[in-house]
Amino acid sequence: MDTETLGLVGFVLLLLIAATVVVSLLKRRASASGFDLAVVETFRVRVRAWWILFTGLAAAFLCDQYLAQYRAGQTVTVVLFGLIAFWALREFITLTPTRPGDHRALFWVFFLFAPLQFVLVGMKRYDLYSTLIPVYAFLFIPARVAMSGDTKRFLERTAKIQSGLLICVYCLSYAPALLTLEIPDPIAAGASATKAGTTVRLLFFFVLMTQLSDALQYAWSKLPSRHLLVPTISQTRTWEGLLGGAASVTLLGTALWWFTRPFPVWWHAASTSLVIALMGFAGGLTMSAIKRDRGVRDFGTLVEGHGGVLDRIDSICFAAPVFFHLAHFLLTGEVAPTGGR
Amino acid sequence: MSANHLAPGGFAGSRIPGYDKSAMDMEANITGAILALIARFLSGASVRWIDCQPDTCQRVYFANHTSHLDALVVWSSLPAAIRAITRPVAAKDYWSAGPVRRYLSGRVFRALLIDRTEIKVHKTPVDLMIREIADRDSLIVFPEGGRSSGPDVGEFKSGLYYLCKRRPDLELVPVHIDNMNRILPRGEVLPVPLLTCISFGPPMWLEAGEAKAEFLHRAREAVKRLKEL
Repeated sequence: MDTETLGLVGFVLLLLIAATVVVSLLKRRASASGFDLAVVETFRVRVRAWWILFTGLAAAFLCDQYLAQYRAGQTVTVVLFGLIAFWALREFITLTPTRPGDHRALFWVFFLFAPLQFVLVGMKRYDLYSTLIPVYAFLFIPARVAMSGDTKRFLERTAKIQSGLLICVYCLSYAPALLTLEIPDPIAAGASATKAGTTVRLLFFFVLMTQLSDALQYAWSKLPSRHLLVPTISQTRTWEGLLGGAASVTLLGTALWWFTRPFPVWWHAASTSLVIALMGFAGGLTMSAIKRDRGVRDFGTLVEGHGGVLDRIDSICFAAPVFFHLAHFLLTGEVAPTGGR
Repeated sequence: MSANHLAPGGFAGSRIPGYDKSAMDMEANITGAILALIARFLSGASVRWIDCQPDTCQRVYFANHTSHLDALVVWSSLPAAIRAITRPVAAKDYWSAGPVRRYLSGRVFRALLIDRTEIKVHKTPVDLMIREIADRDSLIVFPEGGRSSGPDVGEFKSGLYYLCKRRPDLELVPVHIDNMNRILPRGEVLPVPLLTCISFGPPMWLEAGEAKAEFLHRAREAVKRLKEL
């Protein structure tokens, strides 16, 4: 592993350990002094999810480093994200009212489109994975539902299935797709040996920034001055949280620029961090709107003990495609990869 | 039916008279454990015990019925020790068709298969249940009789009442299975992997002198109430 990657991993490890210590301290104080228990509990669940997320990612990266010699250096990470997407889609569709007429369409959504999307990402076929769901699944779903003959709330039902597939599978698949990018290496120009490391750092940077932006926006929204953004949806999202969170994430991203290093200049790291913060916010708000409409607090409430995967990855889902295109543009001058392999 | 029902290890086969703890039972047990694991993963079942604890006392778990997988899902959501003494009551026409289903229902779940087409006067399903469970096994029953097509709980058949009338000591545990009708609706073969939730509610009994209709209504309400919790 090169210095930059080690530095980034070390930084994340330090953050996680610090967060864990803070949680246990807060818990002790909470039981002593009546500190807001709900806040501590939210934080504790988050920290646990982070440990799982980053340990899983690190393990996948290590396996992939080994697989790289067989020219399959992103397989495990892509599979990992595929499983996350599958589970998120389960949660999404479980909470979405469907009718028996949707059954066959749902079967293909789960067992054909979701896995195929990640297979195509693993095969680096941008031309195919960028159109599979927005075009082919988009056309297939209403046609298959129509064949069942059940027309009740037809458009609403198909739109729900399509949204679930787009958000949980299509958008999320752009995160592991970062690994398949062909980008020039800013450190060892022209050397192909460190190329894998560059894309790994890009993905790691991306996931880290989404999680930091979630946490910082939450922290900033705890300020005494509170101007609610959308009172009908969320009592925790405030203007202070959004602005403070976005500003501090941008600063942090810039400060991490040297470690992340996929970007040749510092303002690349700054601008992508800002975009991640804004998209992460949009993702969280949109998912909250869906949850409000369905009358639940978390996607996890229906499935106690499973913790709600979708609650944790909503910001990643929204930020991934935008970060993918922006990073690609900044690094190569093109918005998207051209051609197939 | 007396000798070795407390045999250590809790192997299902050791409870059946005339059977020794053989390789066959071992195999059925392992199959059962694997099947339970797969079923729990595929149905993503979260299990809630509401004012009720898992117990090895004789019980009748009664649940709403929306899919062929219901018996399997309820059975696999029980802890292994309780699973070994809990037997689903299932339809003979479905569960004795083909070698796989016959093996599963006969050796793994030890299901009580009810012949729905031919119910004889002196060999009613209730007689069969009472004879088979003796003084140790618990049952999983679906008092609606058949699978309902929507999410609503249908009217209960009277079998549950007659069972309790003859064995008022049995603990009745209401079970609500959420979402199974979407995972494998009536008439479909391929399941969709949504998440289910299995809720076990507080035990109830047949009250002394309680009328049939009253009791069945109370039981049905107990299942329906779990949906709201």
